Amino acid sequence: MRVPGYWRNMSFLYRLAGWKCVHCGAFHHYKPVVCRRCRSKEFAQVELPGSGRLIAYTVVRSPPKEFERCAPYAIGLIELEDGTKILSQLTDFKENELRDDIRVEAVFRRVRINGEQGIIEYGYKFRPALSQS
Amino acid sequence: MTAAIIGVGMTRFGRDLEHQLPELAFKAIDEALRDAGVSKEDIGFIAFGNVGGWSGEFFPLPIVCEYAGLNPRGGMRVEAACASGSAALAAACMAVESGYADIALAVGAERMNELASTPAIVELLGRGGNFFWEFEMLGLTFPAYYALFARAYMDEYGATEEDLAKIAVKNHYYGSMNPKAQFQKKITIEDVLNSRYVAWPLKLYDCSPITDGAAAAVVASERIASRLTDTPIWVKSQGIATAPANLTMRRDLLSIESVVEAARQAYRKARIEDPVRSLDLALVHDCFTIAEIIAYEDLGFARRGGGYLLAREEQTYIGGLIPVNTDGGLKAKGHPIAASGLAMIYEAVKQLRQEVDRGRQAPIKHGQALIHNVGGTGHFAYVTILSLEKP
Repeated sequence: MRVPGYWRNMSFLYRLAGWKCVHCGAFHHYKPVVCRRCRSKEFAQVELPGSGRLIAYTVVRSPPKEFERCAPYAIGLIELEDGTKILSQLTDFKENELRDDIRVEAVFRRVRINGEQGIIEYGYKFRPALSQS
Repeated sequence: MTAAIIGVGMTRFGRDLEHQLPELAFKAIDEALRDAGVSKEDIGFIAFGNVGGWSGEFFPLPIVCEYAGLNPRGGMRVEAACASGSAALAAACMAVESGYADIALAVGAERMNELASTPAIVELLGRGGNFFWEFEMLGLTFPAYYALFARAYMDEYGATEEDLAKIAVKNHYYGSMNPKAQFQKKITIEDVLNSRYVAWPLKLYDCSPITDGAAAAVVASERIASRLTDTPIWVKSQGIATAPANLTMRRDLLSIESVVEAARQAYRKARIEDPVRSLDLALVHDCFTIAEIIAYEDLGFARRGGGYLLAREEQTYIGGLIPVNTDGGLKAKGHPIAASGLAMIYEAVKQLRQEVDRGRQAPIKHGQALIHNVGGTGHFAYVTILSLEKP
């Protein structure tokens, strides 16, 4: 990724901050012109809840070029506590600890260092929550 | 207005670095024109399906037209990801049905091996989702998208990796009898289960391969088609739909909502109420084994949660409930992205005309076949019904 692109996405990558439609609650990574779901034009800046439930996950063993040094890595589809869905790499898990439906929480991690311009990219990943009740 | 397919052609699929893209396209076009008994001067419009980006030509259609001697005929490139072949057929049908052309050519061609390494191809295909939010920061790959569908499906209904393997075994069985298939070799459940994980729970043998190839169909108006051939294959209906690109915006991962919508349109227009009792066979988009199982349900061949049972009970072989992928599917025949839809059309046309090699010919009783062609993970869906009977 190029540096300006990375900077633009920092608020989401660093703190899961984006925009929610005040009428229907749809989440948008950027402040859009109109809500893609209900066409309203009013948005509030929000931070998404940092915890949720793992819907499904996979472990990538045949990676794309830029992720060759990271493989194998796990990626999950997560439903956050407010109902927003998010895709994320998974981290800090022990063998056999990942299961669909477990509770997960966001952590701040280095994502990769081999971007186009050699910058070290940080962002969110999710890990199994200590308390599963 | 109605359009009919009067000729089809395709190259032998596989790793083919000997032929350039225009040469691949020409081989398919040449076979289709001969099959139709028309010459290139008769073509009024060309719809060229190609995703490209592997390297090579940025504007491939002019080079294809020049090489195939189609100048000065006009046309355009059509792109709907892995459904580009069906999209090219749709564009050719529109040209004929609108009265713009009497005869149109639908072509799909892809030369994936131009990109030298698998990781580079994996990267390009991974961009097929929502670029930033699914690929750039995550490293999601195409097999990984479908792996998420597979996990959600297996969790919900109790399907196993062995059930998925059944699809690969069936499609290789038919591929072994198809002289145009990339892999003409039977495999066993153990072969699939022992292959390495690409994106858990999907293994190498759950995935369609990287392929070079081309396929073409000659489409004619009602008036011309009946004059040129005794067995025009009518395009009875096409359902066309899209779904959100980003997986987080889909309802769930148990169904592909664009396919449900495209099937609804296609069945309604073709007046099909009970698909398995109205169709002789189906060609479905098995880019991954799980995709074929979900397709059984989205197309109404099985109830929700019953798709894997069709695979387990081997109901989609010839002689079962409905034969599916009698050409080996994308899994064994190969998947040169934009050519795949037209290669499915090729098989459906040959099946309806009863011109397929022994062992692969399905009994033709209703005179109807279905083609299910998906772009991305349902970003595009095309469902086409071909028929021996004029609609």
